[in-house]
Amino acid sequence: MRVAAAAPAQRRVPTRPRMTPAAIRWLSVAVGLGAWEAYGRLLGSPIFTYPSAIARAAVALVQTGELQFYLQASLVVLSLGLLLAVAAGIPLGVAVARWPLLEHVTDPYISALYATPTVALIPILVLWLGFQTQAKVALVFLFCVFPILINTYQGVRSVDRRLLEVARAFCSTEWATWRDVILPSALPFILAGIRLAIGRGLVGMVVAEFYTSITGLGYMIVQYANTFRTDRLFVPIVVLMGMGVGLTGLLKRLERRIAPWMHVLREE
Amino acid sequence: MTAKMVVEGVTKRFGDVSALGPCSVQVQPNEFLCVIGPSGCGKTTLLRILAGLVPPDEGRVWVDGEQVRGPRPEVAMVFQHFGLLPWKTVWDNVAYGLRLQGRPKAEIQERVPKFIELMGLRGFEHKYPYQLSGGMQQRVGIARALAVDPEVLLMDEPFGALDAQTREFMQEELLRVWRTQRKTVVFVTHSIDEAILLGDRIVVLSSRPGRVREVLSVDIPRPRSGDRVRGLPRFHELRHRLWELLRAEAEVVR
Ligand SMILES: Nc1ncnc2c1ncn2[C@@H]1O[C@H](COP(=O)(O)OP(=O)(O)OP(=O)(O)O)[C@@H](O)[C@H]1O
Ligand SMILES: [Mg+2]
Repeated sequence: MRVAAAAPAQRRVPTRPRMTPAAIRWLSVAVGLGAWEAYGRLLGSPIFTYPSAIARAAVALVQTGELQFYLQASLVVLSLGLLLAVAAGIPLGVAVARWPLLEHVTDPYISALYATPTVALIPILVLWLGFQTQAKVALVFLFCVFPILINTYQGVRSVDRRLLEVARAFCSTEWATWRDVILPSALPFILAGIRLAIGRGLVGMVVAEFYTSITGLGYMIVQYANTFRTDRLFVPIVVLMGMGVGLTGLLKRLERRIAPWMHVLREE
Repeated sequence: MTAKMVVEGVTKRFGDVSALGPCSVQVQPNEFLCVIGPSGCGKTTLLRILAGLVPPDEGRVWVDGEQVRGPRPEVAMVFQHFGLLPWKTVWDNVAYGLRLQGRPKAEIQERVPKFIELMGLRGFEHKYPYQLSGGMQQRVGIARALAVDPEVLLMDEPFGALDAQTREFMQEELLRVWRTQRKTVVFVTHSIDEAILLGDRIVVLSSRPGRVREVLSVDIPRPRSGDRVRGLPRFHELRHRLWELLRAEAEVVR
């Protein structure tokens, strides 16, 4: 529909260069921010805010070192939790895919825990592990580990049977088949699992910081919300947004680099 | 003379589909045996059984007098579906079998370029399979099998994805390799002309479940070249005979 409507317009002004998709995106963001800024200034409400106020607040928070301090605390929690989840999730996923017995033994637990809203576990974790980093790392771990485990398992399971037969035809040992065939074929799945895990891990991190309320970006948000400093409140939110976009974007690029054959169909 | 491979009363079912047999064939040492038959008659299944990749339901297979119970390093297979590893370059795909056999580095460095060259893949060493045409991928699969210098070469429609010129060129290269390195070849094909050009004998399989319908000896002297062979009256006799056999089988299906 839209294409049909756009075509005649193009024919009428053939010399005007079309905007690139990237330009359209930037323009859209600029328009959105501009509208927000204008509306916020017009409204003049103390609990509403607008981009330039947030930018000023960000500069202030960076100058005092507050933002860096809390960001660092958050990053420690996120990276430790994620690292542990990768270190546990990949081998577990491989093991569960390799040994059917293990799959049957662990499946009820994995399915049940994955289905449970992980936030519901926060109080019990705090009770057991306290308010310190430990509890938050454990929570991020729980948020991250299942997508990694399940994707690894799926990746191993979805290996092309015909390639396994090729490996057997060339008398490959089981270990060599894992190295040459199964793991490379599962790698894109594993990376996609890590990408999902990062998204979930950010949620887990913020929620844990809300609940434990000692440090981190989540704590900053709660603190400034309680004192109605909306301009400062938005600073950690923007940082979190940047982290989410940046990290998942990085993983996507990594997926493309490591498994170019997965993207051929999409490109052409 | 003892046979290189003996297939005796082999059958295979997949679920309630009877795919093959009972089928009995003998392959002589250094023989070039072509297998031809209607689509879906069990040619690939027969090769997989010969390679020890799937056990037959009934019957047995021997290689060098030893019963086949699994894949053997002296038997190499060229797959109809190419079977290349998408995450390995052409070079690494061709080296795949050699590395698995733990051949010395120097030998790998010497053999891989040789077969890349032979298959006309020079300049594509560092490309990945998805960057190649179907015909080139097929040639990588052939190079990979030849590189391990197998005694027995099982080839499943290896020239199916090639254009006519490349196909003819590859046929002559394969004959040259076979002649100089004395291999036993079982070659599945859809092409009557190809079977006559290449084979010492041609096994014609019936429609599914594939049984040996007839075995023809190709009494055309070697070396054979496409041009010369196609001019011979004997070629046309054989061609006609194969055509009749296959048409009869195709009618059974219909
Ligand atoms: N793994 C399998 N599972 C189920 N059915 C199978 C399997 N492999 C083959 N078949 C069936 O067995 C029959 C013979 O298959 P096969 O691939 O051996 O035929 P083919 O002669 O090689 O065919 P084509 O000429 O098309 O390559 C077919 O009907 C096929 O559907
Ligand atoms: Mg086949």
